[in-house]
Amino acid sequence: MKELCLAIVLAPLAGAIAAGLFGRLIGRAGAHWITILCVGFSCALSCMVFRDIVFNGAPPLNVALYTWMQSGGVNFQIGFLIDQLTVTMMVVVSFVSWMVHIYTVGYMHDDPGYQRFFAYISLFTFSMLMLVMSNNFLQLFFGWEAVGLVSYLLIGFWYTRDTAIYANLKAFLVNRVGDFGFLLGIAAVLTYFGSLDYAEVFAKAPTLVDTTLRIWPSSTSWSVLTFTCLCLFVGAMGKSAQVPLHVWLPDSMEGPTPISALIHAATMVTAGIFMVARMSPLFELSTTALSVVLLIGATTAFFMGLLGLVQNDIKRVVAYSTLSQLGYMTVALGASAYAAAIFHLFTHAFFKALLFLAAGSVIMGMHHEQDMRKMGGLWRRMPITWLTSMVGSLALIGFPGTSGFFSKDGILEAVKLSHTPGAEIAYWACLSGVFITALYSFRLVFMVFHGKPRMDHHTAEHLHESPAVVWIPLVVLAVPSLVAGLAGVGPMLFGDYFGKSIFVLPAHNVLHQMAEEFHGAVPFITEGMTQPPFLLAMSGVVVAWFLYLVQPTLPGKIAAAFRPIHAILLDKYGFDRFNDWFFAGGARGTGSKLWRWGDVALIDGLLVNGSGRLVGWFSGVMRGVQSGYLYHYAFAMIIGLLALLGVFVHHLFT
Amino acid sequence: MWLPIMGGLWVIFAGSRVRDRAVKQDAFFISLLTFAVSLLLYRYFDPTTAEMQFVERSEWIAAYKIYYHLGIDGIALPLILLTTFTTVLVILAGWRSVEDRSHLYMGAFLILEGLMNAVFSALDAMLFYVFWEAMLIPMFLIIGIWGGPRRVYATIKFFLYTFLGSVCMLVALLYLYTQAGSFALRDMYEAVLTLNEQRWIFVAFLLAFAVKVPMWPVHTWLPDAHVEAPTGGSVVLAAVMLKMGGYGFLRFSLPITPDAAASLGWLMIALSLIAVVYIGFVALAQQDMKKLIAYSSISHMGFVTLGFFMVFQIYGATGNWHDAAMGMEGAIVQMISHGFISGAMFLCVGVLYDRMHSRMIQDYGGVANTMPKFAAFFLLFSMANAGLPATSGFVGEFMVILSSFKANVWYAFLAATTLILGAAYTLWMYKRVAFGEIRNPHVAELTDINGRETLILATLAVAVLALGIWPAPLLDTMHVSVDHLLQQVAQSKTSIEAY
Repeated sequence: MKELCLAIVLAPLAGAIAAGLFGRLIGRAGAHWITILCVGFSCALSCMVFRDIVFNGAPPLNVALYTWMQSGGVNFQIGFLIDQLTVTMMVVVSFVSWMVHIYTVGYMHDDPGYQRFFAYISLFTFSMLMLVMSNNFLQLFFGWEAVGLVSYLLIGFWYTRDTAIYANLKAFLVNRVGDFGFLLGIAAVLTYFGSLDYAEVFAKAPTLVDTTLRIWPSSTSWSVLTFTCLCLFVGAMGKSAQVPLHVWLPDSMEGPTPISALIHAATMVTAGIFMVARMSPLFELSTTALSVVLLIGATTAFFMGLLGLVQNDIKRVVAYSTLSQLGYMTVALGASAYAAAIFHLFTHAFFKALLFLAAGSVIMGMHHEQDMRKMGGLWRRMPITWLTSMVGSLALIGFPGTSGFFSKDGILEAVKLSHTPGAEIAYWACLSGVFITALYSFRLVFMVFHGKPRMDHHTAEHLHESPAVVWIPLVVLAVPSLVAGLAGVGPMLFGDYFGKSIFVLPAHNVLHQMAEEFHGAVPFITEGMTQPPFLLAMSGVVVAWFLYLVQPTLPGKIAAAFRPIHAILLDKYGFDRFNDWFFAGGARGTGSKLWRWGDVALIDGLLVNGSGRLVGWFSGVMRGVQSGYLYHYAFAMIIGLLALLGVFVHHLFT
Repeated sequence: MWLPIMGGLWVIFAGSRVRDRAVKQDAFFISLLTFAVSLLLYRYFDPTTAEMQFVERSEWIAAYKIYYHLGIDGIALPLILLTTFTTVLVILAGWRSVEDRSHLYMGAFLILEGLMNAVFSALDAMLFYVFWEAMLIPMFLIIGIWGGPRRVYATIKFFLYTFLGSVCMLVALLYLYTQAGSFALRDMYEAVLTLNEQRWIFVAFLLAFAVKVPMWPVHTWLPDAHVEAPTGGSVVLAAVMLKMGGYGFLRFSLPITPDAAASLGWLMIALSLIAVVYIGFVALAQQDMKKLIAYSSISHMGFVTLGFFMVFQIYGATGNWHDAAMGMEGAIVQMISHGFISGAMFLCVGVLYDRMHSRMIQDYGGVANTMPKFAAFFLLFSMANAGLPATSGFVGEFMVILSSFKANVWYAFLAATTLILGAAYTLWMYKRVAFGEIRNPHVAELTDINGRETLILATLAVAVLALGIWPAPLLDTMHVSVDHLLQQVAQSKTSIEAY
């Protein structure tokens, strides 16, 4: 199985190298065929491993590949840990990636950087697989930064656009802020656990519950586990775009749509969620950390959802919805319902990738117009896109029976039962989030696909359904968006699907509590129909229908009536302005001030050139002394003699 | 060592008569041969012993017990390999850009290479000092003759700075001679010194080595020297000469004055962290690419000194020299890796400079449109400079940050800011140079890198990636030597007061 896993990660890498280095040699068709085959191969093998582990009950694989280095008595190894959690991620990553590869053939058809694009997305698949399959913190960090790199490259794929290269730099730097915390967390792990290997670290975790560290000499001491978990979570906040490190994700929409689907919705942004679930043996031991996770998640889920209401760019609406959904997953983590978080990650990957790709299909049809105010009535011309978008949106709002329904309801129930401090607030935030989700999702559907067409005449004439390479992935993704929940709810949410890969303290185990009332998927649905989330979602849809189809002038009036609130939302709560002013401007200002005052003025000006000038001045004086005039020298001699005489006389009399 | 010096002399004397191209071919051949010989050293090097290997010893000035005594251990070997490797590339890089008195240029580099190797392998303090000083001459000439418009200011600053430091070192060495009875390093290691004596000697060494590293606040010669130096000069300066300071700390300061190093460790750590953070901010403000990379070098070298002088505090905190070894090894890895990366960065700027004759960031923009191959390499090295995992830039920083956590959380905190600052200044520069629309007609006329340039950059790219993906061979070479050094450091040398 080790060889199998090696093949899974190396196939996309081989594809990336082929398309990247020999892109000109193999041509456009060669590039897409090679990469699609490699990723498809990897996806098939992932499914095989999935079958072995999940259905055939094969034991988890924990194996080292090679020793990266050895230092200070610590062995840093590169290796795989393949268990239920890993295989779930592997299947999601390779499958969505494969679909996106195929879709790209259509979407990027006319782009001059065709081969480069395939090289990047294959490289991404490789990095992401390395990340999820890792058995140690080192390799996790490798994959972590590598996906960040590819994300940087892909957001800036159209590198002549100013907005794109601004967005990719921003994304990389914000992620680096997260990585900064993550690295400190890893350092703490190494210091206190003496190893970076998951198995060793997790085994040792319970013995460290009472260990503390002092950050200031006089301050109260922190629990080591809380400190470590919070540092690691900062990393997760960067990658999974939690408030306040979320600012990069909306801007990342400057990249081509396929990667918005793959990286910024389905896979990379969920790396943080995956990481926390992986670290469940650590997080479980720190209630403080769980509480922070919960509150950050709730904030993200609610406030980012609100922003989705005022966006007019179709991709940005979906991006804010991604932020909000990531918030839901984080809330689940905070409530110790790791399985629910991963389950939502799993279903979300399908329906969100679907929504993005559908949005991409719309954008193609509209000749790269992304403003929803210029769309409308597309459903006649693009029936498949419309239908699949509908499926995706229903799953997103958690319509009973769709995949999103099971995962989101699981999270809401879990938070309701959770005793983590802050769970009550989180529950209300998430519940009101359901209404908001439905409102913005169907605002999008109604504005784009229904109502009167608002595009110009030329676009309207050329409007047609996208080619098969584009709509086939949509249909393929729509299937799991519908049924993945139904199939997964029993084992994944309430069953023993994850085995030992996720650790939950019995006292925190809310999912277990829920499982006692769970009697199969169908009763779950019928019960869900009577619960507040369903009613809220439905009212969201109805409100959206009323506002955007029945009374299209009303939203403008509401916005005018609540102008201050609307302005705050449009300003995205001022995060961007603050960051630009405080961090970007502040850092540049500090840099140039330190340079001008410290280096140029103080060290060079005063000390270096100053001492040079001092020497110059001194030698000037000395030069003056050696004037060559005899009477100068004679005068000096007389003065000297007098002085000597004075000293002599002074000595004589004392 | 003597091979390139002799070769260099030959190139200078013969070069005035033969054609330009032949000179360059000869120089290239000699540097390649030297590199091959140094690879043989690696091949026959025994990494299981801390003893000096390939030792040569003969009397030089018997009256003062000065010996011609050379030998290498696991710390010197990687640095020698780095030197010989870099020289090959530098000679290749000067192929086209140097037309004026090329035989002198090539000769100077070969001689410089020999002297640098000699510094890394000298086991006699006086011999070390002689080579240390001699090394300044070719560098001085390289900047002074082939440098930019403000080269006179830069060379004088460079010379005075380093000379001031090395005079202090000479005094310290003479004092040590009176105590140890010879100039042999081995005798100096064993000399008994009081803490007070050690402190004076340590400070004298510090002045010499800190200038070379360079540490804050004696760093300001470096940006000027880099800016005015020709590409090859910058590469050698950044890749190898900066490592002399770090090497000096390892060979002299730490083993000869361990107690002083322990008691002044806080100062060194403070200076290192200032270098990392302060210089990181300063780099952000630079408009000149070479200056920016020079400041980034200073910031990266902060990790080297941090790794060296943290060992005492780590030992104090954990009571385990194993933990300290990681910091020190990380610092050595950082030296090697920085050699590759900064060399590569300067070569990249050199490639642009050859075409546009400007180093200012604002003169560029959209280079990726006209030079896609170059942009790819440049991005790789920029990422390595920002410490991306799987490149060599990550390994050293990672090790130093991990072990600094054991000394003090705040060290790790401050050191880790480089993750953000390093990425910010490097990628912001990259964005302004390579991305965007083509900014001016000059950029539109740029031609992509040719075969020779591709070869140079690709070789470096392979080195950077190899070291990042599999650093184990490098570390295995140095383990035993580092352990040995730490044992020396652990032993107090004051016979009077206990450490």
